[in-house]
Amino acid sequence: MRRTFPLVIAFTMGLLMMIQYFIPHPISQKFYKIMVQQWLIIISIFFYVFAWRSFGLYHINKIKRRKEGWWASVVAFVGVFFMLLAGFGDRIPGGIGHFIYKYFNFDDLYNYMFAPLQATMFSLLAFFIASAAFRAFKARTMEATLLLVTATIVMLGRVPLGASMWKGLPKVVEWILMYPNMAAQRGIMIGVGLGMIATSMKIILGIERSYLGGE
Amino acid sequence: MLILLIIGLLEPPSYVRAYDRPNDGGGAIVIEWESVSDTLLKGYEIFRRKVGEEEFRKVAYVARGRNSFVNSIGIKDGVKYEYAVRSVGIDGSYSDLSIPAPPVVSYPQWFKKNKINTLLAIAIYFFLLVYFTQAAKGRELFIRRIAGLDHLEEAVGRATEMGKPILYVPGLSGLSDIATIASINILSPVAKKAAEYDTPIIVPNRDPIVTMVAQEVVKEAYTEAGRPDAFKRENVFFLSDSQFAYAAGVDGIMVRERPATNLFIGMFYAESLILAETGNMTGAIQIAGTDAVAQLPFFITACDYTIMGEELYAASAYLSRDPKLVGSIKAQDWGKAILMGLAFIGSILSLLNIDVVLKMFATI
Amino acid sequence: MGFWDRFLKIDRRWVFLVVWIAVVIPLLKPLGLPTHITPPVKKLYDYIDRMEGEDKAVFLSFDFDPSTMPELLPMGVAIIRHCFAKKIPIIVYGGLYPQFVGMAKMAIDMAKTDFPDIVYGKDYVFLGYVPGLSLVILSIGESIQGTFGNDYFGNRLDTLPLTMHVDNYEKIGIVVDLSGSSIPASWVAYAYQRYGCRIGCGTTAVSAAQYYPYLQTGQFVGMLGGLKGAAEYEELLERNGIPTGRRTATIGMDAQSVVHLLIILLIILGNIGYFYVRRRERRA
Repeated sequence: MRRTFPLVIAFTMGLLMMIQYFIPHPISQKFYKIMVQQWLIIISIFFYVFAWRSFGLYHINKIKRRKEGWWASVVAFVGVFFMLLAGFGDRIPGGIGHFIYKYFNFDDLYNYMFAPLQATMFSLLAFFIASAAFRAFKARTMEATLLLVTATIVMLGRVPLGASMWKGLPKVVEWILMYPNMAAQRGIMIGVGLGMIATSMKIILGIERSYLGGE
Repeated sequence: MLILLIIGLLEPPSYVRAYDRPNDGGGAIVIEWESVSDTLLKGYEIFRRKVGEEEFRKVAYVARGRNSFVNSIGIKDGVKYEYAVRSVGIDGSYSDLSIPAPPVVSYPQWFKKNKINTLLAIAIYFFLLVYFTQAAKGRELFIRRIAGLDHLEEAVGRATEMGKPILYVPGLSGLSDIATIASINILSPVAKKAAEYDTPIIVPNRDPIVTMVAQEVVKEAYTEAGRPDAFKRENVFFLSDSQFAYAAGVDGIMVRERPATNLFIGMFYAESLILAETGNMTGAIQIAGTDAVAQLPFFITACDYTIMGEELYAASAYLSRDPKLVGSIKAQDWGKAILMGLAFIGSILSLLNIDVVLKMFATI
Repeated sequence: MGFWDRFLKIDRRWVFLVVWIAVVIPLLKPLGLPTHITPPVKKLYDYIDRMEGEDKAVFLSFDFDPSTMPELLPMGVAIIRHCFAKKIPIIVYGGLYPQFVGMAKMAIDMAKTDFPDIVYGKDYVFLGYVPGLSLVILSIGESIQGTFGNDYFGNRLDTLPLTMHVDNYEKIGIVVDLSGSSIPASWVAYAYQRYGCRIGCGTTAVSAAQYYPYLQTGQFVGMLGGLKGAAEYEELLERNGIPTGRRTATIGMDAQSVVHLLIILLIILGNIGYFYVRRRERRA
């Protein structure tokens, strides 16, 4: 029963949604609206409650056992509640919530704390790309050499410096991106697309069931 | 002077046609007209009235260069409407209204005729899938080697030898992404092996639904391995749904816990190299798997093995060797062969100006 | 151990330092290199430009968080400025995830400084976060008022002139999605395939390559790829006499030029070292 019930739901809903796609009539649209635009949203909200629980348990556990870096978990909690109160604190009468809301602007926290932290993480990429390219980008084989030469042309052609060296370079790069690159991308996309349809069908038919937690 | 004035006057558009928008749920009418060629033209105004009404009311304006409009505001199914169009000059002058199009009624349809090719493709593919999964029963089908998947067990074994945990990152997308489902399929046998070897497995998540599914899958794997008591729920947890906060969190785990094996399997975005390079610095053995084409080069550079694109979807078949699942891969290959054939024939026919195959693939 | 051996095993933190220097110097002292316009950017610019005077709106979705801000925010600012200058109504949407909203707000604040006659509610509307991810894209096809109810500031959408008039894709001339993830593909799958609304895209340089197939099929009207795309849009604005403010993307392109050159140099040096060591080992 524990296995059969979800499989029946997956089969029925999968089939209904598939049929729905081909019927433009308002009745079918309404079914879609109720199922996808209402039910799915309601369900996904419940999962956030679950995520909160998981987040809380994980960090409480770390703090309790004084695991390495436990203080980072304290920072995580402080961050979550601080941001929450900075946004909603006025709706909690009196106390610390009101204080935080009054003295800490949510937008400022976002712009001057959250934004630079995120941007720092992303900009690590520049450093990592440089070190990874230096370490691993070697002309070991014919294919690797081709890749290396193309990469160099694209890297130069995508920046103004390349165009200053040779006017035609941006056009060459555009051609590389528009044809050889796109052909390869499309090949992979078709394969991936077919794989997706196959996996979806396997789930609908109950052939693939490991997402339910093993066989 | 009179001649000049006449030349300066704008022509109204001709041949105005109105019809019910096909393949929709009603409530929309398409209006088309022959465009006016006049350098002074700015655009067109579209007018509507119910049959029986005296006056036309303006419903829309479109700029020059377009000669059709879909009217979907204030349309009731089953009511007869008439449409007329007039030209607008750049100096703000107007032409007369065109001759109204014959009355038109909008109504909902029961089948999207323009999607018949999609339906047919699904039907063929469905048939292939059912056929090959049935035909495969009790037979050993060939499936080519996938290095990344072959080394999964070795990677788990290495963590055991070193007495360090395994880090399993199931991608950054939700369960609606097939890559995530494929990742969950791989998580199952990996967790089982980890349970058998008594090696901790850490699974940080970005999506709440994936967290829940991953917990169930790991728990089930521990039960199957006969070690339900060893399962620790707090090792499969929700980290953050913010992309780079998540990446920072996972990097932190790598640096602190020093897992001997890092598995990055699922959907990844720009954080791929940040994760893989950090893992590379800590000296872990790394296997990545993703269908995110843009991230593949990063993983190939920084990981020991990379499972690419479709190989990921084949993983559950490859690892379980379940004939039905392997059969489904054969169906996929046939689907691909048919598409390749059609693409080839289509290209040749297009060169000869015959667009039969191209039309077969048109969706709108 | 020879020079090349040591060079190949160099601590990666030295590489990081050199990259840092290569980024900082051009930012402090811009080289002022010219910007070359590519077709995908021109197409998007022209499409929006042609909407002037039509009663359709541009729908600009900010689907990125501060991480990709340096590349994507200048695109958002440039497109808003374009619409403001040409009086094309624009709906700015704070994106599918809650942490994206701040980016949209920042872009509006940066763009509106040069356009004092722009009126909120009539010329532009700012929509905030509602849960539902890609379902929101679908839901907009039914009704914007029904999906959002209120704007970011809490005004009811049925009281604002712009959203009273523009309630679904019917009246949206183009959706421009700014994102470094796979979200633009979701806009194509739902807004374009289901409702026939045209899509434009602004994406990070890393993701740009994967979106070229969408460009060729016409599923994207045009595309801004990375900082370069943003710089090109800024250049087009300037050429057409639209105030651009501080051209952050164009300034950033100088730094990117130098870093690209540095990476090429590193790759070449890495390869020389690799071949030198390999030849020596073979001889031995």
